[in-house]
Amino acid sequence: MKIRIKFSKYGPLRFIGHLDIMRFFQKVIRRAGIDVTYSAGFSPHQVMTFAAPLGVGLCSLGEYMDIEVNSQQGAEDMKRRLQNACPYGIDILSVKALQKTAGNAMASVAAASYAAVFRDRSRSFDDYIGQCAAFLAREEILIRKETKRGTAEVNIRPGIYSLGIEDGALVFTVDASSAGNIRPSVVTEQFLRFAGASEQENAFQIVRLEIYTRSGEEAGLIPLDEVGEAF
Amino acid sequence: MQLPDFENRLALSDDILMSVEKPARYIGGEINAVIKDKRRVAVRFAMCFPDVYEIGMSHLGIQILYDMFNRYEDVWCERVYSPWVDLDQIMRERKIPLFALESQEPVRNFDFLGITLQYEMCYTNILQVLDLSGIPLLAADRGEDVPIVIGGGPCAYDPEPIAPFFDLFYIGEGETAYRQLLDLYKENRAAGGGRQTFLLRAAREVPGIYVPSLYAVAYHADGTIASFVPTQEGVPAVIRKEVVMDLDHVPYPAKPLVPYIKVTQDRVVLEIQRGCIRGCRFCQAGQIYRPVREKSLESLKEYAIAMLEQTGQEEISLNSLSSSDYSRLEELVDFLMETCREKKVNISLPSLRIDAFSLDVMGKVQDVKKSSLTFAPEAGSQRLRNVINKGLTEEDILHGAALAFEGGWSRVKLYFMLGLPTETEEDIRGIAALCNKIAALYYETVPKEKRNGPVQIVASTSFFIPKPFTPFQWAGMCTKEQFLEKAALTKQSVREQLNQKRIKYNWHEADVSVLEGVLARGDRRVADVILAAYQKGCLYDAWGEHFQYELWLEAFAQCGLDPAFYTTRERRKDEILPWDFLDCGVKKEFLWREWERAQREETTPNCRMECQGCGAARFGGGVCFERKGGPV
Repeated sequence: MKIRIKFSKYGPLRFIGHLDIMRFFQKVIRRAGIDVTYSAGFSPHQVMTFAAPLGVGLCSLGEYMDIEVNSQQGAEDMKRRLQNACPYGIDILSVKALQKTAGNAMASVAAASYAAVFRDRSRSFDDYIGQCAAFLAREEILIRKETKRGTAEVNIRPGIYSLGIEDGALVFTVDASSAGNIRPSVVTEQFLRFAGASEQENAFQIVRLEIYTRSGEEAGLIPLDEVGEAF
Repeated sequence: MQLPDFENRLALSDDILMSVEKPARYIGGEINAVIKDKRRVAVRFAMCFPDVYEIGMSHLGIQILYDMFNRYEDVWCERVYSPWVDLDQIMRERKIPLFALESQEPVRNFDFLGITLQYEMCYTNILQVLDLSGIPLLAADRGEDVPIVIGGGPCAYDPEPIAPFFDLFYIGEGETAYRQLLDLYKENRAAGGGRQTFLLRAAREVPGIYVPSLYAVAYHADGTIASFVPTQEGVPAVIRKEVVMDLDHVPYPAKPLVPYIKVTQDRVVLEIQRGCIRGCRFCQAGQIYRPVREKSLESLKEYAIAMLEQTGQEEISLNSLSSSDYSRLEELVDFLMETCREKKVNISLPSLRIDAFSLDVMGKVQDVKKSSLTFAPEAGSQRLRNVINKGLTEEDILHGAALAFEGGWSRVKLYFMLGLPTETEEDIRGIAALCNKIAALYYETVPKEKRNGPVQIVASTSFFIPKPFTPFQWAGMCTKEQFLEKAALTKQSVREQLNQKRIKYNWHEADVSVLEGVLARGDRRVADVILAAYQKGCLYDAWGEHFQYELWLEAFAQCGLDPAFYTTRERRKDEILPWDFLDCGVKKEFLWREWERAQREETTPNCRMECQGCGAARFGGGVCFERKGGPV
């Protein structure tokens, strides 16, 4: 049975990188006593897929991983066991069952939404609220991107699906697919530059809010766990 | 909009953490880390491994002591590792004090800073830890407001080169006397006693405690030691090591720490016994951990299951100096294989003798095609193996290799030492000849159609460094030039072999071996050199890319000491060695007898075959009393 797990990542654990989080969850699943499916061979590994890597230093309220289990005692039981095996900084938010035919977490990713706030709590993105419409009105937002053959100019504007200010935070939804992923720090920096603010490195904290897939005839964005079902 | 907690309550800012390599080294909070209320503990103990996090977190001894201290309600033990060079620089520039991982509070505010001494090449890192903590480097300069600095571990068996940096050393196994030491500390503090009173009372009252400031050393004109005596009444002239006699009834960490990042030994470690019966003459561990003491099969089974469940680790490894000598190994391995198959856990079996049993087990727990076999003949000829009392014959090796080749293995690793006492050119050529024989054996043993590719032999040599409390403690060590000549000869003889294309040869750096030789058998005067080298910028000397031999040579010159005095010089029988005031159980007369036998190329049977009366029987247990009636 395929299971999709949604979790948050915050506090000091924001300094643990993506590969280490994968290894961390393998141990969580063992400690939790989940009857997870293993691959065959001399060093069997857990069948596990993560939706999208989260950069070191970022927090998240919407991380996803898929696992496969041989047996289970309901979503509530699994959620409780996993939570008990996690330290401060990881909360298990939902546990859903996936259809056999559902695409895995990584392949499904289409977009992600983020919030950026200033570390210095006396500052707020509210100061730049009037700039959002003008920022989005441009046809081109060019950034330099490192590629295998040096640097290239890329237009990120088509990949920015929405952007606005909410409770003093810059909130935006951008392309997160493997082909067109846009880094949230790039969007935040571009916005602040456009708004005429000079910023030091690490002046803001970014929180990933949600990861989306496309679904339905209109191919609208829905959160990854809406693909799954309660059990 | 509700955002999650990203407030920084750590010792390092987000800015710093984002600018250094692997910030997870510094944030603490690992699974099974112990957090206590600091207002409700009487003693705060910072336990330090003076190397980078990934190395320090792999060390079993720290996990044992961390667990033991934290079982005491009145003590909170936290961990400290050497900041890597990137953070080291930032901390110096911005004057950020070194902190312990759990509370993220400065080490300087602790009651104790315990530093484990696992290898000599970490000595400059000890100074780094003290320096970054804001603790004066010399014990003599410390006042009441800084922690008591304690050293322990194998290098404490010659503590003299680092003696001035420590307030006290704990000699031997940590499980026995720490409670008494901590109680004395609390009592002394309650009575209004200061640092010096505590140190004097610890030296007088607590077994295994060496307080360097309470001893005076005098030297002969030739630089050897004339006398080494306590300066205060009641301070012992000889300090005997502490040793646990019942390993089943001392604490062992059932909930070991689980790091977030990949560390060197990323697995559950099951200690099955301490000590070794073999008595190889170059090996310090084989002497200082005598007598051999086993843990019971029952407690090992319990711990294995508990540790796997509490950590979620996917690999378990046995820890001992020679696992094949554990008397109930077959039963233990059978149990582990069954448990691990169920739990999908890998088993790692280091230090196993290659024989039918171990090959059978290894064939079941690892992929034969991907793994290699390891032999440690240590010397290339039977003559030299007799000198070092390595009870492994060419026949054993060839027999083991043939069995392995039949079982599907085709990769063999061999470990040797160059520069052993009495070594000749012929012994060195023996290394290449043995490698060639093993390669040839593969083609004789395995028919062409069954071969899993060509045979691969990897021979590695290290340079022999005489260590305290071994029969070779009197031996002269080679010079750097001699070492390099020996490595060149080994390489050349490998090239002359028929199967030379199947043999890969690796050798160690010679510079670092020479320095390790000085630090291993140094006296108190060597401390000046270590301090000078640190001040010149030496740090992380165990890391090839950071080792700066020229700076060390400058430091020796500046202090007016000749490295050769400590390395190449053969010691006389009546010389007072810098570590003679320590008693590890094994007597100096026994070691001298072994040194003489080595020179006569005579082997000595192991502890289970025939007791040699080494002295370890005085501890009243272990292998010495396995047979009825006690030692023979």
